[in-house]
Amino acid sequence: MIQVEAITKRFGEIEALKGISFTARDGRITGLLGPNGAGKSTCLRVLYTVLKPDAGRATVDDIDVVTEPIAARRKLGVLPHNAGLYPHLSARENIAYFGELQGLSSSELQPRIEALLERLELTEIADRRAKGFSQGERTKVALARALVHGPSHLLLDEPSNGLDVMATRSLRRWLRELKQDGQCIILSSHIMQEVTALCDDIVIIAHGQVVAHGTAEELQEKFGETSLEEIFVETVART
Amino acid sequence: MKSPILTVCRKEVVENSRDRRTIMSTLLLGPLLVPALWAFMINVMVSQTLSDADEAISIPIVGQTNAPNLVAFLRRQGVEPTAEIENLEDAAAAVSAGRQEIVLVIEPEYALNFRAGGDARITLVFDQSRTRTGASTRRVKALLDAYAGQLRVMRLQARGISPLVLRPFTVDEYDVSTATGRSVLILGVLSYFLLLATLMGGFYLAIDSTAGERERGSLEPLLTVPATRAELLLGKMAATICYMMLSLALTVVGFAVALRFAPLEELGMASNFGLLVALKIIVIVTPIAPLGAALMTLVASFTRTYKEAQTYLSLVLLVPTLPLIMATVLSVRPDLEFMWIPSLSQHLLITELIRAEPLNLVHLVISISCSLSAGVLLAWIAIRLYGRERLLG
Repeated sequence: MIQVEAITKRFGEIEALKGISFTARDGRITGLLGPNGAGKSTCLRVLYTVLKPDAGRATVDDIDVVTEPIAARRKLGVLPHNAGLYPHLSARENIAYFGELQGLSSSELQPRIEALLERLELTEIADRRAKGFSQGERTKVALARALVHGPSHLLLDEPSNGLDVMATRSLRRWLRELKQDGQCIILSSHIMQEVTALCDDIVIIAHGQVVAHGTAEELQEKFGETSLEEIFVETVART
Repeated sequence: MKSPILTVCRKEVVENSRDRRTIMSTLLLGPLLVPALWAFMINVMVSQTLSDADEAISIPIVGQTNAPNLVAFLRRQGVEPTAEIENLEDAAAAVSAGRQEIVLVIEPEYALNFRAGGDARITLVFDQSRTRTGASTRRVKALLDAYAGQLRVMRLQARGISPLVLRPFTVDEYDVSTATGRSVLILGVLSYFLLLATLMGGFYLAIDSTAGERERGSLEPLLTVPATRAELLLGKMAATICYMMLSLALTVVGFAVALRFAPLEELGMASNFGLLVALKIIVIVTPIAPLGAALMTLVASFTRTYKEAQTYLSLVLLVPTLPLIMATVLSVRPDLEFMWIPSLSQHLLITELIRAEPLNLVHLVISISCSLSAGVLLAWIAIRLYGRERLLG
């Protein structure tokens, strides 16, 4: 479970996060929905410990991401926005590198990598250098890299960015499977359809604040509108 | 559990070994090209010096019949007279047009004036603005002086006067420099090339593992693994040091081989570049590797793109040359007070070594510890800066 309590973050003049709070439960996919520049990425960066919040608290299974970042990272699988691979390493080596850095021994690592390659349909390109990979292949390898240590929590920043229809479908299927395994998944997106199709809980963020929070049904009940898009436009416009 | 430093270092070494750019600069440019170029330069220098001194030259001489003895003297000294030019005007025109380098004109009254003991005249036509012809002009002038000297002695003797009258004292040259010592001039640039090759060895890796990593978008995922940023950066620096050491070792071998093809003996020089000297040179230059790696990583970490990093690092490569230029201009002696300066101290120690003088251990220890301390300091700054949030850009 990931809990975010009143996090603020300022970059010079710009107040990127103005006290964001929400909870992401295990076995559910939580979607951070918001327009570009709303603070989704900043929020995720605080959660995966590369940024420190100015105030507020965030925990991953009760581990504080600010005071115990290393312990928190062991629980997190992270797919940052436009994540890149090492072009001179093969898909397998790219994944293995992160596995080693996660502290896995090679005897633990080998079966895990094989299982991931199998599951994400990467076996064919496993030993090819990442240099010539398509965007879809890159995202798959980056996802495998994020999952190599078997994290209980998964943070994905705009994961379907640049993917074609087929790749997006596969990605959704895997995320649902991971949810079935009991993972706590947070993903950010500015695309309404994606969030509706995939997420159990939706957190709408605009101008660094949470403007609405709940399941798709709860939100519709609360706002009395039919489509999430209208809710989104309405809530963003009101702030 | 394996240290993340080792994991990062190994991965960077493996990944960069597959990068053509890194391999070119580490394994080819420094170790092969530089020593080869250097040996070639020495060969050209030697062949020029030798050819200038001994090669026969042919020179048009106007009025050869007026001074047959002089012409015979010049011929004995390797100057072949030709008769293609008729008079002074043609000579001046030919030289200024560049058709001839130099023309000697003997006046028609030469024999008459010579016999009368009067003012016999020879005109040397040359173009001072053509530097290429300077050597032959000097040579002909020297030959004419020598001939005049011979005549002077004979004339004085004919009058019963000792030729020593015209020579109040004699200067004897006594050069104490050893054959090895003289070679320092040429071998001096060697220390510069060694430092440069060492830095070049880590150049692309330092960029690729920092600015390159950020540009590719692999930095952010890397920062989410359970390792501290200090560990990640130390691993990257360790990999850079590995490549720099490899480049240094190969360059030393390259120079050892190149010296076999450099005709130092013909210049009256000797080289003592054996296995022991090679090892000592590696010991002397090694502390530059961590210092350079820290410096390059520090600079490359804070540039936005690969291109920007390349630009700044090219400037960084000039840094070690500054003390060397100072040393050459001021002709610095290898004193204790210079041993704390990285790159200068290495240059001075290598020069001492090539001079075949015993290595001063105190100097060596100070040089090594100061360079290493500077490296540690820079690494510390790099780690501090690497921890900043702005790193992500």
